[in-house]
Amino acid sequence: MTPKPVLLKILDYLSIVLLAVATYLALVYAPTEAVMGDVQRVFYFHIGTAWVGLLGFVFAAGLGIAYLVTKDMKWDIVEVAAVEISVVFFFITIVLGSVWARPAWNTWWTWDPRLTTAAVTELIYVAYFMLRAGIDDPERRARFGAVYALLGGLSAPLTFMAIRLFRSIHPVVIGAANENQDKMNMTGDMRVAFFFALFTFTVIFIDMFWNRIRLGQLQDKVEQLKLKVM
Amino acid sequence: MIEVKKLVKRFGMKTVLRGVDFRVERGEFVALLGPNGAGKTTFLRILSSLARPSLGEVKVAGYHLPHQAAQVRARLGVVSHMPLLYGDLTAQENLEFYARMYGITNYQLRITEVLELVGLEARRRDLIRTFSRGMAQRLAIGRAVLHDPEVILFDEPYTGLDQDASSMLDEVLKSVAAQGRTVVMTSHDLARAEDLATRFDILTRGVIAASTSRGSLGRYGLLKYYKETLAG
Amino acid sequence: MPTTSHPSFIHATLAVVRKDLTAEFRSRELLSAMLVFSLLVILIFNFALELNVKERQSVTAGVLWTTFAFAGTLGLNRSMAVEKDRGCLDGLLLAPVDRAAIYFGKVISNLAFMFMVEAFVLPIYAALYNVNLFHPGLLLVILLGSIGYTTVGTLLASMTVQARTRDVLLPILLFPVAIPVLLSAVKASTGFLNGADMAEIWPPLNLLIVYDLIFTAVAFMVFDNVVEE
Repeated sequence: MTPKPVLLKILDYLSIVLLAVATYLALVYAPTEAVMGDVQRVFYFHIGTAWVGLLGFVFAAGLGIAYLVTKDMKWDIVEVAAVEISVVFFFITIVLGSVWARPAWNTWWTWDPRLTTAAVTELIYVAYFMLRAGIDDPERRARFGAVYALLGGLSAPLTFMAIRLFRSIHPVVIGAANENQDKMNMTGDMRVAFFFALFTFTVIFIDMFWNRIRLGQLQDKVEQLKLKVM
Repeated sequence: MIEVKKLVKRFGMKTVLRGVDFRVERGEFVALLGPNGAGKTTFLRILSSLARPSLGEVKVAGYHLPHQAAQVRARLGVVSHMPLLYGDLTAQENLEFYARMYGITNYQLRITEVLELVGLEARRRDLIRTFSRGMAQRLAIGRAVLHDPEVILFDEPYTGLDQDASSMLDEVLKSVAAQGRTVVMTSHDLARAEDLATRFDILTRGVIAASTSRGSLGRYGLLKYYKETLAG
Repeated sequence: MPTTSHPSFIHATLAVVRKDLTAEFRSRELLSAMLVFSLLVILIFNFALELNVKERQSVTAGVLWTTFAFAGTLGLNRSMAVEKDRGCLDGLLLAPVDRAAIYFGKVISNLAFMFMVEAFVLPIYAALYNVNLFHPGLLLVILLGSIGYTTVGTLLASMTVQARTRDVLLPILLFPVAIPVLLSAVKASTGFLNGADMAEIWPPLNLLIVYDLIFTAVAFMVFDNVVEE
């Protein structure tokens, strides 16, 4: 049993500290947005979680390829770790987006391309876990998981493009969605909070990713020991 | 004909085969015996190119697996406990389909030949759905020898057959083996194995624990040998 | 003694297609299930959406594609289950042919079943709702959309038949991944039916083509991994 690496411990604490600072920056330090008011503060974490969520899914597709090429179970462990963390972060993104949409667009949910793609992507990865749950042989589970992660990773950008085709049908909502672009006129303080949030969530992602990979390896070891006893 | 060295097969964490050494000469009929879960089916699936070895060397009919799988497949016939036939096709159509998949050019003649061999000529226009288990199993053997393979693998061919069907299958198996083919068969039925095979290998706990030829079995027969091997 | 040679890719593919079509025309299990199911879906939509003349303009394409997609999963499930249940998949894999030939054989027969259902649904829908659906553009969209849907569907169905929860799993895996096909097919079909500008129809059409190409290539590359142990 290998002890937890020191660097990982440091990363754990660093994540907590960063998260606290990022929260402070988003909720207190950044100035209140003129049009939206305080609810705009959700945006810093919304983008932060969305960024790492996407990062994980792109990773997963790449790791799927790595597994299919090498057939090495270590890639499978890493792939599951990436998808698992991203599913959670993406869920947070969607919830935060919804919180923001309520006052901004006057509805909890709109069929905006970004939102819808996020929801579909989330469903793809929920399906990913259902597929894995239905297969007992770990090696086959890894292969099918890799194939599906790859398919999911490829179809997500196409989904985004396909949904954008429907812009003309929902003009009102899409007009409102363009407020995202307006956001880019951030003041200096806002920018600090924004980039700090991005940085924070990247660190948290790395930390959780690492922890989750370690957990996967420990699970493996437990399985191995169990088999030895039997 | 078959050469296996230090074959290991893992399913995830579980190691099913842990270093199997196995060699079969041309024309031998080897019965592979062993308790349930010993890895017999897995072993045959590796020999038939359906599963990949985790470690070790596997050579069938002179070709390496898994790299030369296509060459091996062309020289290999497999009969499993499932007939691998389509219920909604007739016997004739099933064999035609497989003949095309094996690239057999003059297949009408060959199909007639094979149907005669397994005694199903009269039923060639009937759907497999209407076949009894024994008939389907005999046709499965016909399907397996259609392309005149050098090596034949039987995985529990007697599963689910009654007495009559089993003895008819015996006849077919014997005539298939008599044509100088190399045969490996897994079976639970020690009496049948003893009757058919020229060599007996016992696979248990992931390795070949013992091997003996028909001549050196002694007067107590296979059953005693089998029990002693399993008792360690 | 038989003369054998390695069958070519095309021959193996055609052998699989021929086998599937012969078996299906005999039993008609799969087609009849798909056809009856499509009729039911259309019937339900009629009441669920109150398909009056004005509504029909905008929802016809959506109703059609939903029907195709639902009936399609039914057919895909069945077509792969036939292979798995009697161990025939092993029989196919034991043949000295490229696995991709088996995959394309299955895709082509599944596609043939899709087309038959579509050829049945279109005139019935046209007659029931008095709309003209015979637009060459629409047929092109149906061709492209069905290709994309069956390519991915066949690959996923060969995975789900090997899972414990097979029957329920296919639509759950297939629908989210096939959304680009379904959405752009609906968009392009609506465009053709309403006589929209080609400038408006090209983007979804291009998307369909891109999807078909990408996913055919990927399925071709990964199919080995789905059937081999």
